[in-house]
Amino acid sequence: MSARVGVVLFPGSNCEHDVVEAVETLGGEASLVWHGERDLGAFDAVVLPGGFAHGDYLRPGAIARFSPVMAAVASFARAGGPVVGICNGFQVLTEAHLLPGALQKNRGLTFLCQPAELEVVTGRSALTGGVAPGTRLVVPINHFEGNYTCDERTLAQLIDEDRIVLRYVDNPNGSVGDIAGITNDAGNVVGLMPHPERAVDPMSGSTDGAVLLSALIRAAGRAASPAPATAR
Amino acid sequence: MEGDLHRALGLTDDEAESIEQLLGRTPNHLELAMYAVMWSEHCSYKSSRLHLKRLPTEGERVLVGPGENAGVIDAGGGVAVALRIESHNHPSAIEPYQGAATGVGGILRDIFTMGARPIAIMDPLRFGPPHDARSRWIATGVISGISGYGNSVGVPTVGGEIVFDDCYADNPLVNVLCCGVLPVDRLVLGQASGVGNLALLLGSSTGRDGIGGVSVLASAGFSDDVEAEAAKRPNVQVGDPFEEKRLIEACLQLLDESLVVGIQDLGGAGLTCATSETASRGGVGMDVDVTAVHRREPGMEAWEVMTSESQERMLAIVAPEDVERVLDVCTKWEVRASVVGRVTDGGRLRILDGWDGEVLADVPATTLHEDAPLYDRPMRRPADADRRASDRPPTRSKPDSDAGADLLRLLRDPSWVYRQYDHQLFLNTVVAPGGDAALLRLRGPGVTAADGRARAIALSTDGNEHWCALDPRRGTALTVAESALNVACVGAAPVALVNCLNFGNPEHPEVMWQLSEAIDGMAEACRALAIPVIGGNVSLYNESRGRDILPTPVVGTLGLVEDLRRRPPGVGLVAGDDLILVEAPSTEPRLDGSKWAVEVHGHLGGVLPAPDWEAHRHLLQLVAGWVGAGTLHGVHDISEGGLAVALAEMAVSSQVGLLADLGHSPSAAELFGEAPSRVVVSVAPEVAERLEAEVRAAGLSATVLGRAGGERIVVGGALDVGLDQAVRAWKGALPEVLAPLSDA
Repeated sequence: MSARVGVVLFPGSNCEHDVVEAVETLGGEASLVWHGERDLGAFDAVVLPGGFAHGDYLRPGAIARFSPVMAAVASFARAGGPVVGICNGFQVLTEAHLLPGALQKNRGLTFLCQPAELEVVTGRSALTGGVAPGTRLVVPINHFEGNYTCDERTLAQLIDEDRIVLRYVDNPNGSVGDIAGITNDAGNVVGLMPHPERAVDPMSGSTDGAVLLSALIRAAGRAASPAPATAR
Repeated sequence: MEGDLHRALGLTDDEAESIEQLLGRTPNHLELAMYAVMWSEHCSYKSSRLHLKRLPTEGERVLVGPGENAGVIDAGGGVAVALRIESHNHPSAIEPYQGAATGVGGILRDIFTMGARPIAIMDPLRFGPPHDARSRWIATGVISGISGYGNSVGVPTVGGEIVFDDCYADNPLVNVLCCGVLPVDRLVLGQASGVGNLALLLGSSTGRDGIGGVSVLASAGFSDDVEAEAAKRPNVQVGDPFEEKRLIEACLQLLDESLVVGIQDLGGAGLTCATSETASRGGVGMDVDVTAVHRREPGMEAWEVMTSESQERMLAIVAPEDVERVLDVCTKWEVRASVVGRVTDGGRLRILDGWDGEVLADVPATTLHEDAPLYDRPMRRPADADRRASDRPPTRSKPDSDAGADLLRLLRDPSWVYRQYDHQLFLNTVVAPGGDAALLRLRGPGVTAADGRARAIALSTDGNEHWCALDPRRGTALTVAESALNVACVGAAPVALVNCLNFGNPEHPEVMWQLSEAIDGMAEACRALAIPVIGGNVSLYNESRGRDILPTPVVGTLGLVEDLRRRPPGVGLVAGDDLILVEAPSTEPRLDGSKWAVEVHGHLGGVLPAPDWEAHRHLLQLVAGWVGAGTLHGVHDISEGGLAVALAEMAVSSQVGLLADLGHSPSAAELFGEAPSRVVVSVAPEVAERLEAEVRAAGLSATVLGRAGGERIVVGGALDVGLDQAVRAWKGALPEVLAPLSDA
């Protein structure tokens, strides 16, 4: 059976269709999950996609963390299920305290939509399992608030515990430690600012994002119970 | 007549008298306010309608032509494309961020009103000189507004233009084009039908913002009085992209579930426009309960509610039995909805103070929509036209400069602008901003071709105020020619065009002459290239301090690729390739009205080159064919800045140098002169001979210019600059003036 990926749709999300398409292109099953949903039992992995959940009012992610689905996302994560937050999804995960730190405005104080060269730092995460550290990938970024920040102790902890997933080769936004993505201590919750779903189809100019999303689909496959898919 | 009320609302004495005749009585304040907004230049096209009739609007792919919210083209496979262009010039001059943001919001509603999912935005922008602080404030505010609204609402911005000229110093041009995709069978028109059906107002609450936007703001010029102009700021609306995003999703769901009979956006002239246009188009009347409109603040007068331009609102016509289901969908998307109207027979638009309350206004709906005055304003060829034509530009660089230095001045990478726009959402973008045209896969969430063909659309927006200043007719024709060639460079055939006609004060006979000439030039080009005009917008009164802008017709061309098999080669070079200039046989590039003459010498005069339409048609087919077949490694049309700029742009985009040799020391006209129907291609040497044969067979001319490669950009005997230096000049040009303090 193929991995079943739930893609959460908040009012104001806008990358949800793109993530569904990319996951399906790579052989996974994907479907949208409305933010009012309280049960994620039908899924082997969950993605919080990019966009502007609840208009990014107050702060990106500040309102989305109160959407009913987030309690289910937290339980899903506690149970070890793979959870990936892309861009706005990363912001939501930090606001929900499923990942440490915060995303502030880019150093240059403008929105940036451009390709970013990334280096895989750890292979010990739901998004990079089986990917060799040091692998270079070109994946687009698309954000205004993508400048990752955290206190020094947290940064030291992220480094010591091998929880930095991706670094920028040429830091575009001022993120501390050139951080583009991090994971929790179990490695099953990952947040990243770049958009791997935008680099899957060769027509888009890069297929490097497929490396990351394929790893997620593999992680979801491992998380899936051996029971047949008819359980849905 | 009520004294000066009609004048304060923007109506002339004659217009007020016509209203009285149409009604057979004196209109009350509310009625007068409704006519004032509907009969404004912005809404009624009263100065331009007469001339717009001369444009060709028909073609076998045209499903909806001009006059609706957007033009619609049948792309095949059950998929249609909706296209529209608008201006938000005046609001952006007063409040750049919100002016530009609400321009984006407004055009999105025009597109999803047709049942289409908006999939792409383009922004042709024109500002005053960037060394002027106010122009910089306007430019950066407009770019932030497009970025802030467009990115958040979730529609990619895939291209546009950025142009600086003194004439736009107090009156920027902020045009916005939007393209949507829909299944052919979801096409809906903005009309009411079915007596007894209900009109629901969806979306944002109605406030006092934007009252008189179309009349006081958009249909008048700017004066010298800075404070008076700043006082117009409350006439500018404030946008909320999150409200719009939910409104888009709710409306598309309503259309998918066939829950609406008709739907219309509320833009200029607000509720008055939406109710009168839907009723007029449907041949019915409507009763509107003004107290049922959900409001942002208490104490609003009926005329304020009826003319407010509060953003993010739609009017849906719904059968009574579907109202509950419509309200459910709206609740899901957190979109407010109120039943504000009832479709009636008899054709009257009545505004009521409660369903059983007082009748506040009672007018025939068609008189608001269709009986606006039609002006045949006086036209006059400018007195200095002959003098300007005989004033030829200099033929050499300035004494303290040379061709290399001139070239560096003319290079400008737009990426500082477009990297602020999400240009990739929906995974359709194959050629991103910065190429000759954007290329997008033709599909959207839930919309794919029934026959599985991988169709794609190309979009290019183009304007050239300097060509049009020399000769509005030929300048506009050349603009259309260039736009068509741009879409050919990404492999597409042009299938439709929309226009945004930005001109000065139509009460100046010279401006009316420019407008009329431009329309004739556009008609000539569109007929010659068989491109129907499916929609447009006219923005007049672009003037400030008594000076009209240069005539600036902007066109948006839609191209179609029937079967996209590979990424187009793009603007670039591959080391070792042959560089071949392909052009019409009689081409003689001219410096008259060229970017070089204007930007290097500050000169604007002379005579434009003539187009050769037959040669142009052949070139379009040839180039699109090569791109589709994968023959080329690089291609770029030669437009502003001439051959030298085209070659340099190919070099800096790919970071590959070139060595060209024309066999003699080329003149400034050969390097920087402009003429239609010219492209440069980069091809493998073994392909060159076959390609040249195809060019000759098509009756065109091919010249091998030299070879790609190396670290310099060299045109023998005239031009030699380092590639690094050119890249720095190109990349730095915009951030140096617009973001001098940033780390970019």
